[in-house]
This record gives sequence, C-alpha cells and structure tokens, in this order.
Amino acid sequence: MSPVPCGDALPPPRPLRPRPALPAGGGSGARAMELPPGHFPAARAAAVAVEYLRYLRGGPGSGLRLRELQRARRQDIDDVGHKYYLELELEDVLDKDRTVSCTAEVLYHLGSKTSAPDVQLTVQGELRSTEEADKEFYNRIRSLEKELVAENIPDSHGNVPPELEPIHLLAWVASGYVIWQNSTENTKFHLAQVKHVKQVKRNDEDLQFDFVLLLHEMVSQEVLPWEVTLLWHPQRGARVPQSRAAGAGSS
Amino acid sequence: HQVLRVKTKNEEEVKQLQLLESLEHLELDFWINPSAPALPVDVRIPAGSVQSVKAFLESQGIEYSILIEDLQDVLDKERQDMAESAQRQRSTGSFDFSAYHTLDDINAELDHLASEYSFVEKIQIGESYEKRPLYVLKFSTGGSNRPAIWLDAGIHSREWVTQASALWIANKIASDYGTDESITSLLDKMDLFLLPVANPDGFVYTHTLNRMWRKTRSKIPGSVCIGVDPNRNWDAGFGGPGASSNPCSESYHGPRANSEVEVKSVVDFIKNHGNFKAFLTLHSYSQLLMYPYGYKCTRPDDYAELESLGRAAASSIRSLYGTTFQVGTICNTIYQASGGSIDWSYDNGIKYSFAFELRDTGRYGFLLPANQIVPAAKETWLGLKKIMEHVRDKSS
Repeated sequence: MSPVPCGDALPPPRPLRPRPALPAGGGSGARAMELPPGHFPAARAAAVAVEYLRYLRGGPGSGLRLRELQRARRQDIDDVGHKYYLELELEDVLDKDRTVSCTAEVLYHLGSKTSAPDVQLTVQGELRSTEEADKEFYNRIRSLEKELVAENIPDSHGNVPPELEPIHLLAWVASGYVIWQNSTENTKFHLAQVKHVKQVKRNDEDLQFDFVLLLHEMVSQEVLPWEVTLLWHPQRGARVPQSRAAGAGSS
Repeated sequence: HQVLRVKTKNEEEVKQLQLLESLEHLELDFWINPSAPALPVDVRIPAGSVQSVKAFLESQGIEYSILIEDLQDVLDKERQDMAESAQRQRSTGSFDFSAYHTLDDINAELDHLASEYSFVEKIQIGESYEKRPLYVLKFSTGGSNRPAIWLDAGIHSREWVTQASALWIANKIASDYGTDESITSLLDKMDLFLLPVANPDGFVYTHTLNRMWRKTRSKIPGSVCIGVDPNRNWDAGFGGPGASSNPCSESYHGPRANSEVEVKSVVDFIKNHGNFKAFLTLHSYSQLLMYPYGYKCTRPDDYAELESLGRAAASSIRSLYGTTFQVGTICNTIYQASGGSIDWSYDNGIKYSFAFELRDTGRYGFLLPANQIVPAAKETWLGLKKIMEHVRDKSS
C-alpha cells in the first residue's frame, strides 16, 4: 500500500500568488484540535477535498464519493488561515465494493474571498482502472458526426440515460474544479444538475464540453448557474480553461 | 405563452437582452439568462408580450427561434400523460409509490386512503397563498384529543423525496394497523397527523416551471422577487442569524414571523389542538437527524434525551440498508438557522422535535432517482417509528 501523492498530477490552473512561507510544523505553535466529524466545519472541509480529488482524478468512467469522514482536526495558523487535517474513506460510485483511504489537508486562507483553499491529498490503495472505459468514451465522442448536446442531467425525476452517465461524471470533474476554487469555510457546494452541455469539436486531441451547471450551495441554499468549459483527454486528464457564475435566474 | 431561444452574436446583443430583462411590465421569465454571447438564452414570454418582444428582437437583428410554440400545449400534454398514467393506476387500484407524482395525484391518494380506512380522515387545516388546500391525514382510532404526533413533508418544495416518502409512510401506517404490533399499540394510544405537502404552491411550481424552487410563492411588497423560505418564517429566533432579510434570497425569512399562511395554518392548528407531544419534519438532502436548536448554538435542556433518542433512531435507519445519518443539533450539524419549525415546536412545549434530512449526500441531491423513494421511505420510517415508540412510552 504505497501512498500515491495526487496533488501533483496537473499544473496549477490558476495564477500563482505569493504566499507567506509556512514554518515547519505549521507555525505559531498552535496545536491542531480534534473536531467531531459529524459537525459542519469538518464536513465542509472534507467536501472541498473530495471535489478537488474529483477534478484531479475524475473522468467519464469513474466518480469518487465520500463514504465516511473518519477523523478531522483543525489548526488555526496566525496570519495564514485555518488548516484542516482529514482522514477520509472514499468509494467509486461505479464500484461500491471497493474503498480507498485518503488523508487530506485543506488550508483556507485568511480573508479568503479571492483565493481558493490549498488542498494536499494522499490516496492509499488502488482506485479502479478506467483506461478501457475512458478510451471507449473518447473514441465514441470523437467519432460523433453531430456535436453532442444534452440538457437536464439528471432530469426532474433523477433519471440519467445510461449513455449520458459519462457526461454526468465529467460534469462532476468540471464542478469539482469550480467548487474547489470557490469554497470557503462558509460554503458547501454540490452539483445539483447539468442544465445544459454542448460538445465543441477541436482541432487538437482534447474533448471539449461547454457546460451550464447548477451548483447548490448548502449554507445560503442558493442554486447557482455556472458556465464551465471542460477539456478532457484520456491520458492527460481534465482542465478547466474558463468558468464563471452566470446570471441568477428565478421568477 | 411561448418560449423563445435567442442566439446572441456579440456583447451588444447580450446587453440588449439584459435591457429587456429589466422591463418588468413584460413579465419575462428567463430560463437561461443573458450573460455571454456564446450561450443560448431561453425566455418564456406571456402571450401579451410575445408580439412586442419579437418585434424588438427583429428590429435589433437578434436571431431567435421558437423553442416551444405554445407552452400551455406542452404542459397540457404532460398533464394528460400523467393523468392517463394515474388513471391506469387508479383503475388497477394501486398508487405507484416508487414514482414521483403531481399534487393532484397525491391529493387523490389521500382521498383513497381516507375512504379505505375508517381510522384515517383527510382534514383541511388552511389554504396556501395561491389558495390550494392544505390537507392533513388524521390517524385516530378513538378517544378524544389524544396525545398526538405531528409529521410534515415538503415544506421546501424541491425536496421531492420527502412528499413521496410521506405518501409511502401514510400507506404503511394505514395498512399495518391491526397487524403490526408497534403501529397498533401506537395508534391505540396516540393520534398521528401527517401533512405530506406542506408547501403546495412551491410543489406545483417545481412541476411546471422550476424544479429547483424552494420557497413559498407569495408576493413580497416592494420586491420583484417572490417567495419566503417557510423554514425561516417560524417564531423562533425570527430574523436572527442564518436567515436572510433579502426577498430574493432562498433563505428569506419573510416580512415577519408567521407571515406565510402555510406556516400560520400549522401553528394555529397545533396551538388549538393543544396536545401534541412530538413534531417531526422531513427535508432532503444530507442524511441528518437533528434536534433543536438552530437559531442558537446552545444545547436544549433535553439535550441528553434527544441526543440518545436521535442516535437510536439513526441506528434503526442504518439497520436496513446501511444508510448513515449524522445526529446532532441543527446548529452544530449543518448551520445556524433562525426561524425554523422544530425550534418553534420545542420552545412551545413539544419536547420531541426532530428534523430529518433524507437521502442522499449529494450524488443526486434534490434529483433523487425514483427507484430510491421506497428504500428512503422504508429506512426513514424505521427512524420515525423509534422516536414515536419512545414518545408513546413516555406519554402513557
């Protein structure tokens, strides 16, 4: 069971910001205090870690889900922010008999209105290989004559047509990125629905999907539309070159 | 009403659409708002405004197509399909509990239960903002104003698994009285009042126009936004942290406590009855089993008993399919939230006040697949039963 660091799979997608260097041991001598896993502060940090992992590791053939938050601690670091230490048990929604453990550190920066939390993860154990499924999906989409367009995944009754399940899982990857980038200690996001998805054919080897995603934010209870462009490749994984909150719509 | 899909070519055209959006008298309902040139804008236009909107678009050279020629036709067809399906069900004598239903179908099933079981009665406790009846099923095997249990679902209309589960639970209780020891001893001592659709206006809206609607549908004086969060509108720490004073917010608490008739009707009913021992309410999603308080982060006086009972209920739930529910106060478990129903009931002497958040934990969220309705209802029922049995034992 060798730990696989999964924080280094892709280059950081957002501009690097200068950060105060963290002294070894977390600085200022503050101890990490134990948190009840069933209380919301730990739950919110765990959700961020899972969303980040979905972005890094998700694809059309797999979707990671938090099965259990086993342990959580928090450390308040002067002039830096709040750091959560988490022990998670994860499963692939398409392969529920298998679980993997993950340790995560989530650092919410002080005054964090504009910067995403830093997440470091270590996954122990093997996630199911999706190489076959990924390749098959990739080839299927590349060979479509008309670009794929779909709406309302799942529909009002929770249905997802089987051929759209991979798109649903890719939407998780896209929303994983957006959620990670926009999370604070006062938010908890989930992908509520894929309102609209349109494939955009490209000259290079990536698949491109332009999504309108509805994100449900638990604390405010708002359902927020986001326009997200996702690029995906079976070997290179996912990238989100652009994303933005769309105009709120309710009557 | 027509629904148009507008294809903007540039930022200028987007701005024109945003201008159109601001003209309230047109009563336009943007399903997808104008924000970027690349994305289609879908807008529902009331019949009276169709001509002028099309004329405006044409004069600006803005491309559009008709997505839905006549929205009424589409809704009629859908309604007809569902009516035919319901008709088939009724003629075979069975209600499909593993499907999501319209308000009309749910009300028909309530009538069916009331007519089939002598101890089940459908009563009306009030009317919604849009004048829909608020129907409660009363389960009573006799006595006079026996100690009672309150159970409601669907106060937040988009939480469809709750109304659906409430129907299954109603049928379960009705059909198992006389054979199931626990239900029989419960109803021999206590009455049960079940409100399966606490927010019918919102519920209809989730079927017709916006699946993600949460609030009531009341007009707010001085605002273009509609609706109040009915679970921030109760008189318990009203207006405090965890509720919004912005009418456009999903957690808007309303102009004053009990401003929403859907809330006031329940408050009045419970106060007039005077003998409720438990107040239980169903929400989704997150898999949580919570007790007061939400409006403050201090423990209720009965903390130890409620925590212990909550854990026992969560354990019962888990025994069926392994579904785990977190137990705790609202304030610790999800967030501080003022004006909530179980805080009101607890502060008004109803000790056993619990709020459930049903399946799932976010994979489908509000859009829980219909094939999970019955499993969710079954496991939730075990938790409710555990609580009810405890209440029964303490009330006799």
